[in-house]
Amino acid sequence: MTTKQLMKDPLNLIITGVGGQGNVMISLIIGNALVREGYFVTVGETYGASQRGGPVMSHLRISRETQYSPFIPNGCADIILGMEPVETLRMLGQYGNPDVLTIINPRPIYSIDVTGGSAEYPDLDKLVQTVKKLSAKTWVINATEEAQKMGSPMFANAILVGAVIGSGVLPLDKKVVEPVLRETFPKEIEANLSAFNKGIALVKQ
Amino acid sequence: MANIEIDAPCTRQLFIGNEAIARGALEAGIGFAAAYPGTPSSEIISSLAQVAKDMGIYAEWSVNEKVAMEAAAGASFAGIRSLAAMKQNGINVVSDFLANLVMSGIGKGGLVLVSCDDPSAISSSNEQDSRHIAKWLDIPLVEPGDFQEAKDMTKWLFELSEEIGTLFILRSVTRIAHARGNVKLGELPKREQRAYFDQIHDLKSVMPTSLMPIPSPLRHFFQHMKVDKAREKFEASQFNRYVGPDKADLLIVTCGSCWLYAQDAVKALKLEDKVGILKLGTLWPLPEKFVESNLGKSQKVLFVEEIDPFLERSVMEFVASLPSTSPHPTFYGKHSGHINAYGELNPDLVIKAISTVLGLTYQARDAGYGSEAEAVAKSHVPERSMTFCAGCPHRATFWAIKNALKLDGRNGIVTGDIGCYSMALGPAGFFQLRTLHCMGGGTGVANGLGKLGQFGFSQPVLAVVGDSTFYHATIPALINGIYNQSNFILVILDNSATAMTGFQPHPGIGTTAMGEPTKVVSMEALCRSLGTHVEVCDPFDLKHSTNTLLDMIAEGGGAKVIIMRRQCELVRGKKEKPPYRVWVDVEKCIGEACGCDRLCTKVFLCPGLTWDKKAGKSKIDEVICTGCGVCTEICPQGAITKEVA
Repeated sequence: MTTKQLMKDPLNLIITGVGGQGNVMISLIIGNALVREGYFVTVGETYGASQRGGPVMSHLRISRETQYSPFIPNGCADIILGMEPVETLRMLGQYGNPDVLTIINPRPIYSIDVTGGSAEYPDLDKLVQTVKKLSAKTWVINATEEAQKMGSPMFANAILVGAVIGSGVLPLDKKVVEPVLRETFPKEIEANLSAFNKGIALVKQ
Repeated sequence: MANIEIDAPCTRQLFIGNEAIARGALEAGIGFAAAYPGTPSSEIISSLAQVAKDMGIYAEWSVNEKVAMEAAAGASFAGIRSLAAMKQNGINVVSDFLANLVMSGIGKGGLVLVSCDDPSAISSSNEQDSRHIAKWLDIPLVEPGDFQEAKDMTKWLFELSEEIGTLFILRSVTRIAHARGNVKLGELPKREQRAYFDQIHDLKSVMPTSLMPIPSPLRHFFQHMKVDKAREKFEASQFNRYVGPDKADLLIVTCGSCWLYAQDAVKALKLEDKVGILKLGTLWPLPEKFVESNLGKSQKVLFVEEIDPFLERSVMEFVASLPSTSPHPTFYGKHSGHINAYGELNPDLVIKAISTVLGLTYQARDAGYGSEAEAVAKSHVPERSMTFCAGCPHRATFWAIKNALKLDGRNGIVTGDIGCYSMALGPAGFFQLRTLHCMGGGTGVANGLGKLGQFGFSQPVLAVVGDSTFYHATIPALINGIYNQSNFILVILDNSATAMTGFQPHPGIGTTAMGEPTKVVSMEALCRSLGTHVEVCDPFDLKHSTNTLLDMIAEGGGAKVIIMRRQCELVRGKKEKPPYRVWVDVEKCIGEACGCDRLCTKVFLCPGLTWDKKAGKSKIDEVICTGCGVCTEICPQGAITKEVA
């Protein structure tokens, strides 16, 4: 068992990104680790659009006491893990508050609206500054870039899980998450474990 | 998917509602499970099929919901506990059988139908409320309020079903079916099951022992007796409960996922001492005594439920029948406008409703922060319209359809159907779809359009369906078109999977739900046997697909079939590396000067293609691109280049 405590009860975590990035996988890894630690966890996912390039979010409600609903009420996110920058801002707009902690992967995924010219993607530097301004604390983790260096953008998921664990915002030790990673990625476990450790290292820089 | 066969009683697992239902069925000793995939219900059978061999049970993907329910009833008739699962639309498909099943009664094996509704139609063409079927056809119905109840209720329903001798419906919604939560496991039974078709199990054996729905009036009367018996059980159910003070300022009456929202809302407003919640798990028949005994908790009652005012009307009807000495509180809900009469609910909407009824104000976050965050998000976050995945064969098919219809020049019509390709209503499929209704509906509509020649109608008609949809409900409409010589082309988008619901196999694949090899029901052999012209194309060959479509349109003379065959990219991509490396030759791409008006990035709209604003040229996003190479065919300058990877 981990010795870490919940910062508050319920603790509300949002994982956000674009369909296909791996939202559900990250929420499963974190959710399973927390249930093994004896927490009540409710996870609400965006389905339907999840594989079609639409905006996706997972809401995790973590409690020692009871089962919460799969929706975090507006303005009540404690942590936002943003796999894509404008999607992070979208979540801050609806669920952010002055105390929110944000981890952001600053790799844009352009929508067909942006590509087609009917919508504008904001300047990335300004976007990250805005996210920082709206968050009590922000960790910028170049997960996709680091993952590509490791051979596949898919390792970004394990890097981001590492970043969340390394940041200390969840009541989870590295040791609790590792077995869940082994079950989730039985084939490419070594690469994913080093991605996970990379995420821990990056968040502590 | 979670492992639902884990033999670890009393441990807690993280299950989606559908896995919890499947586990409940296993704990009940189910022997037979059947379904047609449909979001948000699909994982019930997926997870049962995954463990079926280990557990000694049978699970199948049926060709449609009606067959699934009938097959499950067959197993019940032979004494096997059986389950059928479907999304809300499936209830329509199966309703004819259900109306007669409640007259015949079930067999000795308990029989449960799970309907997963989709409030807000997140993955559906409508948000119909399947609870009405319970009242309409006299079928007792329950609804779980969390993940634990999803498991426990399923198990309980099998016992009730056998004891009372009727089908039971478990109704779930997206936010239970597809949300995850803690589930404490029970024991898995170890029991031998033998199937034998004997005689109908019926209420105190007073019924004729045959499985036929006649004589109907008498059968109808007996079904009412069964419903009354279910009501007695419901009155004492642990799934109905009240939490809150003895005297409350407000009583919330709720069910399903709204039970979670109501609890969240009461906590957010810090009203635990002032607002009570009456949570019902057994919705129909209404446990009237239990409801009556709790109605006096408050002078004000707020109904919190999704889609239709089912509970609201049931309770209000019941209270209207009570004597004036009984409590007659003031009711709030959908009828009063406090709760939306459409769409799904969430904690914020319930907070708003409670606040309105009680005259409270609620502020979740600092107002200054809130207005700034909202304004920045609104001005900076671009739209992200849904589209076909990078490398999706449907994009290529609709490109061919668009160009063929344009070349034909008679304003051809494409009738749509249910699947990923429904997105062709929008920019993903170049706005080609003109109608969209139900499974197989587009081909039916095409049948009508294709017979209007005598009224001067000359527009070509194409009906598009997916491969799984073809087997589900399109074959009768195709036969009708051939028989009645209706002039349309059935375009089967065969991506070799029931892709939208999670790549389940179907009769054209050659594997069963349980992973066994089986005969392939060849769609081209089937169509050819009907005596019509059938062509098979690879949609990635844009030129051949377009020309074949044009030739068939010109040919006229009755219903014909084109099969556009190319495996779903999400299935292919899991097994194989990208076939091509694709890039934009920056020397050849002349951007806005080309005159193509950015055909690749404004019209074709594959997410793998982006626009490099600074350079004023197209660019491949190598994280997204799947290397299909189709876009190399559309560039007038030949700037998009591919080489075998």
